Amino acid sequence: MSSNSPTGPSAGPGADGRSATHFVASLDETPLVETDTVQVSERPSNLWIDAWRDLRVRPMFWISAALIVLVIIVALMPWLFTQTPPNNDCHLSNSNAGPAAGHPLGFTKQGCDIYSRIINGTSTSVSVGFIVIVLTTLLGVVFGAFAGFYGGWVDSILSRLGDIFFSIPYILAAVVIMSVLSQYRSVWSISLAIGVFAWPQTARVLRSEILRVKNADYVMASSALGLSRFKILLKHVLPNSIAPVIVITTISLAAAIVAEASLSFLGVGLGSDIMSWGNDINNAQNDLRTNPQTLILPSIALSLTVFAFISLGEVARDALDPKARALR
Amino acid sequence: MSEPHPTERRAGTRTMDQPLLEIRNLEVGFQTQNGFVPALNGIDLTLMPGQTVAIVGESGSGKSTTAHAIINLLPGSGRITKGEILFEGRNLASLGDREMEDVRGKLVGFVPQDPMSNLNPVWSIGFQVEEAIRANGIASGKDVKKYAIQVLKEAGLADADTRMHQFPHQFSGGMRQRVLIGMGLAARPKLLIADEPTSALDVTVQRVILDHLATLTRDLGTAVLFITHDLGLAAERAEQLVVMYKGRIVESGPSREILENPLHPYTQRLVAAAPSLASRRIVSSGQKLSEADYHPPTSARGMDLIKAAESRAAKNEIERADDSAIVVESLSKVYKIRGEKGEGRHFKAVDDVSFTVQRGTTMALVGESGSGKSTVAKLLLRLEDATQGKIMIDGADIAHLGGRELLSLRRKMQPVFQDPYGSLDPLRNIGNTIAEPLVVHRVGDRASRRKRVSELLDQVALPANLSTRYPNELSGGQRQRVAVARALALKPEIVILDEAVSALDVLVQAQILSLLAELQSELGLTYLFITHDLAVVRVIADQVCVMKRGRIVESSTVDEVFDNPKEEYTQGLLAAIPGANFEFGR
Repeated sequence: MSSNSPTGPSAGPGADGRSATHFVASLDETPLVETDTVQVSERPSNLWIDAWRDLRVRPMFWISAALIVLVIIVALMPWLFTQTPPNNDCHLSNSNAGPAAGHPLGFTKQGCDIYSRIINGTSTSVSVGFIVIVLTTLLGVVFGAFAGFYGGWVDSILSRLGDIFFSIPYILAAVVIMSVLSQYRSVWSISLAIGVFAWPQTARVLRSEILRVKNADYVMASSALGLSRFKILLKHVLPNSIAPVIVITTISLAAAIVAEASLSFLGVGLGSDIMSWGNDINNAQNDLRTNPQTLILPSIALSLTVFAFISLGEVARDALDPKARALR
Repeated sequence: MSEPHPTERRAGTRTMDQPLLEIRNLEVGFQTQNGFVPALNGIDLTLMPGQTVAIVGESGSGKSTTAHAIINLLPGSGRITKGEILFEGRNLASLGDREMEDVRGKLVGFVPQDPMSNLNPVWSIGFQVEEAIRANGIASGKDVKKYAIQVLKEAGLADADTRMHQFPHQFSGGMRQRVLIGMGLAARPKLLIADEPTSALDVTVQRVILDHLATLTRDLGTAVLFITHDLGLAAERAEQLVVMYKGRIVESGPSREILENPLHPYTQRLVAAAPSLASRRIVSSGQKLSEADYHPPTSARGMDLIKAAESRAAKNEIERADDSAIVVESLSKVYKIRGEKGEGRHFKAVDDVSFTVQRGTTMALVGESGSGKSTVAKLLLRLEDATQGKIMIDGADIAHLGGRELLSLRRKMQPVFQDPYGSLDPLRNIGNTIAEPLVVHRVGDRASRRKRVSELLDQVALPANLSTRYPNELSGGQRQRVAVARALALKPEIVILDEAVSALDVLVQAQILSLLAELQSELGLTYLFITHDLAVVRVIADQVCVMKRGRIVESSTVDEVFDNPKEEYTQGLLAAIPGANFEFGR
């Protein structure tokens, strides 16, 4: 239909506009399609497939993923990157010395190789991060899912329990726990100390998500089919509410790494026999003015690792949130 | 509404012969992930002062986009790419933000679709009306409040000065829409755009609101651009009709003429499918009685509800043996709710309801929102337990069934719910969704289930390769077909359809209704059809129960209820069906 069409509804101000003519578009211009035809030409898609298609075109996703892969390889196989032992090859004659052959980043006050210490400290940070999120996700999903789905007194008890843990800052709680457990300082005990007080966040996010999903018609349809409540939770409700948990998990992994470094920095974290970026930063703080690289280099390693996980969480949130996607 | 009303009270230099709004070759598109998608392709539209024009079309036809383009409120990435929107000769498409703000409200008023979400719940009604008055600079100082009361009184709130201080949640849907209409007309705009203003309301409320809107705009001489998906409603409320399809205008002209003599095939489809215009029950091709003069609905074109219905009209009296599938006896359901002051209160959602559904027939349960009809469905499905009364399915009381017996009851009776977007799990593909009942009830092995799934997809006229697809790739109608397929997987005897076609466009609705009729005659199904839409009842049901506030007020055969309604309430419902008073040459 062109604007100048003489038969158009806009017959022009010249014509008597009030008695509009009966206009019909020619069929060529508006070909009629069968009502409600099925188009299956496009590739299958659902939330996860869409999210992946969205992620793989984002540079930020590839940058953070590459960093994370690198960090994990370093953590699992530090010997690929350095042969220098981090603790046993320290010579006070090298104290605070600059880069030398085979020691690209120089030496600490104790004369240890900074590069080797950073490489060997990676596994500690990454282990703490992963142990903590396994713990928080397990606790958070169980508490959040049951509280949200079953409601009533189950919800009251589980949510109040969560609130008790939530009301105590997990760093403070971890400081107390680690002080009490001073003779059992290990990657496991510090992960436990952080994880035990960090799970309520996951539980709360999942609970609210489940409250939203459990009233969907497909849940009602499944109960009308005779599916048991617990199976409905597992097969329909949980899969549809897990996306935000994945986002929060990625970000809390970074937070756990920071928490370990903080505790070690405060001297209540890991023992000096365990390589840890937090310990190194702590030991280096007196030399900040004279020999800043001993503090700055492990800090950069810590920041990059945390940055990688947080960025991954951010892009995952954008990709998984349909509302955020609609705006682009 | 057909008479142009003099508008002396407004000083205007333009005469009545010049169009108030003239849209020329308008093109609008949206930027999406998959590139630029055109939404409107060359829209031409003329609106004279004081005239009411209705734009009709299904969802996605571009009717709301046209309305939003006029006041430059296109959502998200939408923008006007071509064409002009001349309002009293001024091109609105080229105005800046500041100038546009002066046009909105003052010259062009807008009444949005959903009264529930378009009032801010944290501010009182009076505050929001006063805000609209101040924003348009109509009054200032103390006059604002006075004017706000006047606006609300005009909109039909008799006790406006006291109700002003109340909050949106204390108003019913109809009352909120009155407030929004009052706000839309507060600045005495020359044009009022009403975007589906009553589609969220019950029909009886819809009628009152639209009557009031018509009176008000006639008195003020306001031109109205009325957007709706309901052809009957559009024809009843506007002198001019514009039918839109896929971003184009396919037909426009005087309402009556279009309905009586639709020329474009799309309009012909719409007129044929509109349930409010049909007269008799739809009949499936499988029924011998009407084989001679019935064409099976293979395509939308052949799917003429009216013809299908008429072919059966006279022979509709089928003698059936007294074989009741569902018997409900004095059923009651009481909910505990919180009263005004937070005290516990009892609310009777279902009150002493009794009815019987014969095997192989359709019983319709009709009522407005809050009438308790959906609660009856939940009680029947044992998703909730009745407070009192008896439900017998196939002669067995379902109240105390447990475990295995309950599971076999579920096999016998399956539901289809209203919302096609909510009733399928978005993370499971269609094949798994349809097979779920088979898995739950441990029917067959993997291979036989797959075979059954393609059989079911075929039954609901969907291609078999759809089984690897996910719900978000399907349209509302297709999803509803999938929901029907899932309900039929266990070969149930009874299907409970809770507003199963209410959310669909008329053409799709007509398709689903004929599909349901087909399946009924093919499989001998018993339907309990729950709906708020009396027009749909006429084409699908044999028996009807009219519910009001938890009680059944009238119960009879469909023809009896439509031709000879006994209760005043039923009469009101019937009269409120838009377009019901039209008689068309078919």
